[in-house]
Amino acid sequence: MNAPFFKFGLFGDDVSLIVAFVIGIGFGFFLERAGFGSARKLAAQFYLGDLTVFKVMFTAIITAMIGLYYLSVIGLVDLSLVYVSPTYIIPQTIGGLLLGIGFVIGGYCPGTSCVAAATGRTDGIVFLLGVVAGIFVFGESFDLIKEFYASSSLGQLTFPRLLGLPYGLLVFAVVLMALGGFAGAHWLEKKIGPKGIWSNS
Amino acid sequence: MASQAKAVILENFDTQVKEHTSVKTAKPYWNPYLAGLGLGLVLLSAFVIMGRGLGASGAFSSVLATGIQAIAPDHAWTNEFYAEYIGDGTKHPLKDWLVFEVLGVFVGGFLSGALAHRVKRTVEKGPRITTAKRLVFAFGGGALMGFGAKLARGCTSGQALTGGALLNVGSWAFMMAVFAGAYALAYFVRRQWQ
Repeated sequence: MNAPFFKFGLFGDDVSLIVAFVIGIGFGFFLERAGFGSARKLAAQFYLGDLTVFKVMFTAIITAMIGLYYLSVIGLVDLSLVYVSPTYIIPQTIGGLLLGIGFVIGGYCPGTSCVAAATGRTDGIVFLLGVVAGIFVFGESFDLIKEFYASSSLGQLTFPRLLGLPYGLLVFAVVLMALGGFAGAHWLEKKIGPKGIWSNS
Repeated sequence: MASQAKAVILENFDTQVKEHTSVKTAKPYWNPYLAGLGLGLVLLSAFVIMGRGLGASGAFSSVLATGIQAIAPDHAWTNEFYAEYIGDGTKHPLKDWLVFEVLGVFVGGFLSGALAHRVKRTVEKGPRITTAKRLVFAFGGGALMGFGAKLARGCTSGQALTGGALLNVGSWAFMMAVFAGAYALAYFVRRQWQ
């Protein structure tokens, strides 16, 4: 069996849209299960009283990372056919900062705001309208931004390539880091308490 | 008269209590590691089946570009950014993988919420901010995020989650920047949440 199935032509574009819909259902389901349809739950991450966002995100990352690694080791998945988006280090870092600021102000990210909107949260719907407005501003000012947008291009760059280390070793390192992070998160939650910092100021 | 009014009030109170208790209480959220495992398996299945990861903001770019094309086609075609989402005209711009995936996110989110009695018309906010102010913040935060996600070529799903699992250097830089930006600003908007 050869995977990724789509890249080996097991099905066409139309079927891929059905796959997208089904995968999306799973994505939305688990986001909501985690509590990510609530801006208060998400924002609590930034006041350190509830580090669910970190725990869920890194559990998801290491699950998919380990799974993909082992499936490629046993020869089921051709890792080179899984799309790695190219790195543009400076615009990505600046974009990330803006996104983080937008996250703590707005309370959601684009994916979680869909879940919030679907479960009746008016702030989720308004946030989504804001996202579209932000993309509109980006689109309208694209001529001014595009030089910066295309700057510091490093191509498809992964840590194994950057550091010249084996893929498996880096998978192991990220797992260790995540486990350390989980332990730290529990320690911090206990130390700070569910209300988080600055709750009285 | 007074006793009649009292009876009416009591009756109203009674029905209100009944209505309130007939709404099932929301179930607690899942253990974060279990929800994370589920999310990770969904991401893994996208890798294995499609050879690509998840996303969210891209779908809204497609929707926006389609809307602009409908209103001002010349403007949409001459703008490099919109043109990329509109494509070469061989297929409808909304027949896009991310658009269908995000439709699924709405459905999956609703299903999970409905099963756990969490679907509710409400606004998520702390006790120290008005609803109107909270909605202004939601719009402003969303706009910053929409702009930032385009600059970064993806959001929390497409970059942090997907690129994180693929050991993508740009995605990890992005993820660190997201946390840095959010923590740096958290103090200033604390009254919205706490």
